[in-house]
Amino acid sequence: MTSTTKNFKSAAKTVIKDTEVQSHLKGLYSGFNMARIHEAEATPNWEDLQNRAQAIKFHTIENLDYYLDMAATNVEKAGGQVYFAKDAAAASEYVLKVAKENGVRTVIKGKSMISEEMELNQQLAEKEIEAIETDLGEYLIQLAGQTPYHIIVPAIHMSRGEVAEILSDNLGTPKDATIEEMAGAARDELRDKFVQADMGITGANFLVAETGTLTLVTNEGNGRMSTSMPKTHIAIMGMEKIVPSMEDMGIFLRLLIRSATGQRISSYVTQVTGPRASEEEDGPDEFHLVIVDNGRTKMLADPNLREALNCIRCGACLNACPVYRKVGGHSYGWVYSGPIGAIVSPVLTNVPDAKDLPYASSLCGACKEACPVKINIPRMLLYLRNELTEGNYDPTRKKSSIGELVAFKGWGLIVKDPVFMRIANWLGRLGQWPLVRAGQLRNLPPPLSAWTRYRTFPRLVKPFRDRWKSNEQ
Amino acid sequence: MSNVTPDRVSLFVTCVVDQFYPEVGESTVAILRKLGIDVEFIQSQTCCGQPAFNTGYWKEARPLALKFLDEYREKPYIVMPSGSCASMVKVFYEELFQNDAETLRRVHDIGPKVYELSEFLADVIGVNNLPASNKSGRKVTYHEACHLRRELGAVTQARSLINTVPGMDIVEMEQAEVCCGFGGTFAVKYPEISGAMLQDKIDNIRDSEADTVVACDSTCLMHIAGGLEKQNVPVECVHLAQLLDEAIE
Repeated sequence: MTSTTKNFKSAAKTVIKDTEVQSHLKGLYSGFNMARIHEAEATPNWEDLQNRAQAIKFHTIENLDYYLDMAATNVEKAGGQVYFAKDAAAASEYVLKVAKENGVRTVIKGKSMISEEMELNQQLAEKEIEAIETDLGEYLIQLAGQTPYHIIVPAIHMSRGEVAEILSDNLGTPKDATIEEMAGAARDELRDKFVQADMGITGANFLVAETGTLTLVTNEGNGRMSTSMPKTHIAIMGMEKIVPSMEDMGIFLRLLIRSATGQRISSYVTQVTGPRASEEEDGPDEFHLVIVDNGRTKMLADPNLREALNCIRCGACLNACPVYRKVGGHSYGWVYSGPIGAIVSPVLTNVPDAKDLPYASSLCGACKEACPVKINIPRMLLYLRNELTEGNYDPTRKKSSIGELVAFKGWGLIVKDPVFMRIANWLGRLGQWPLVRAGQLRNLPPPLSAWTRYRTFPRLVKPFRDRWKSNEQ
Repeated sequence: MSNVTPDRVSLFVTCVVDQFYPEVGESTVAILRKLGIDVEFIQSQTCCGQPAFNTGYWKEARPLALKFLDEYREKPYIVMPSGSCASMVKVFYEELFQNDAETLRRVHDIGPKVYELSEFLADVIGVNNLPASNKSGRKVTYHEACHLRRELGAVTQARSLINTVPGMDIVEMEQAEVCCGFGGTFAVKYPEISGAMLQDKIDNIRDSEADTVVACDSTCLMHIAGGLEKQNVPVECVHLAQLLDEAIE
């Protein structure tokens, strides 16, 4: 996917002014976020589950080569074919090759964020292969020519009116159709496609290494239809989606589903091991697993960013994040949004281009608190900020702003010595008095105008250190 | 709760309190003295380094962190009226010196001796029968400072201290645990986002119908009070230290 991470600031400003979208985003707090909290509280040993899952994740990522090999071996043992793709282009090429070999004309797709990294739908369209998203939200996004707004609820930003418009344009439903009528029309359309399709493409929530089993979590059953109805099934996954054993699945499913939607279990949990075996009635003739790197080894190689690979893509940090709830998903400019996206999207694309993302956080830690596998997101945001100012990603575009650097150097000189602080305080008090109006600093010149646009600024006063002396007498 | 009640603590007043809100520092000292604890103030103290650290200027933050580690090396109890500054020392110095084993040892040594004020009062001193009363008849709502809650894990301390004051019950606002949008330089780097977050906080404060907002960090209060004042909302922002100082006999 083409990255527009550079435009974060302007995109965010536009979303903040959009009252319709703001009301949808606001609902994430009382909706999914509170549902997650209630379910976590209602689950015995929630924190034990989290700690266990975190330990499994760290262990798996630290030994990823071993588990990837185990997973590939077991998928092949079950009759599947495995392809390791170094990047999105290689992954797409493989999918197109398999499609060509099988004479594929129509593809049904389960929800997959990695296929967004690959822009797979466009790639298929270029080869005149029709790809249809089968998750209802993704389907709407596809019809509207957009990209997902949220990992779990891709069309969260769309109003009912917009949905009615999109479906009316594409399926001919009346513009005043009820929600049931709209869902029914989409269902009818998708059912036909499920029957016609020559190939199913899905993502992967997990891949169990010891058995080579793909695990998909859905609420619409579209994942199961995509994996079982067409003759060929290709599952695409980021290389971090491995869990070692089937026993681990129980822990991750409990955490993932509760954290994503606040459900105890989703309507469907689908597990697929290889293609249809000779004694089985359902399933594809061919099963392919595409394991994609696409920049993930960069994260793996950096001990400070490795933890980002622990993410199970539940979206809880997006719902919990007060910044995401203001700027929405598209502002982030690439596939992954919200707090985890502010780490993953820059690293998988280009960190200097995406420099605004790690800074787009008040470091409140709501993401860390919400994360089912306890990923310390603020720590990684801070790390990226330092990498950016040090110019470690691109020495030629070093500092984000010379003015800022000078300001921090100057500040560093003042605060290293209490004598300088006294002098600065005294000068500041002198300097501020012409700006004080009715005892307040309401409008300051730039860069502090960015502060006084929304708040008054406190006045410098005789500092505590000078008052302390008089206290001691 | 520790077995020994300290009779002397060292105050790290924080640069924001020193420069803008000295009355918070004075209230901190006053409470501790009323509870029979001696307070020492190291005159050379300045800043923990967090503003630079959070903005990505770790090189600029390190000398300040080292200065802090030197100044407070021998102090068994270091009290700060800020969850954020306490987090800087207890949590983030570890990141700052991750490649410096020698300093990291000093960080690990000093961390457990650093207390945010409400933690110190509730967990170390264990004040549950404050000789206090709600003299001014305030109607208080409590804003949870982010670092206090999520870096230090102190969720109950401040609320229980407020609730021990006879006649003072917290009127909980909606989303009390949600960030006010301050975030240090975030507030000026992204004024629109920060301003929108602040607006939610202001709306929730108004809806609570409280006349006073209490928090344990002067930076959150600076941001919230600045927003309330800008919009001429007649709600007062006070630090927990001021609230308790006013209430304790």
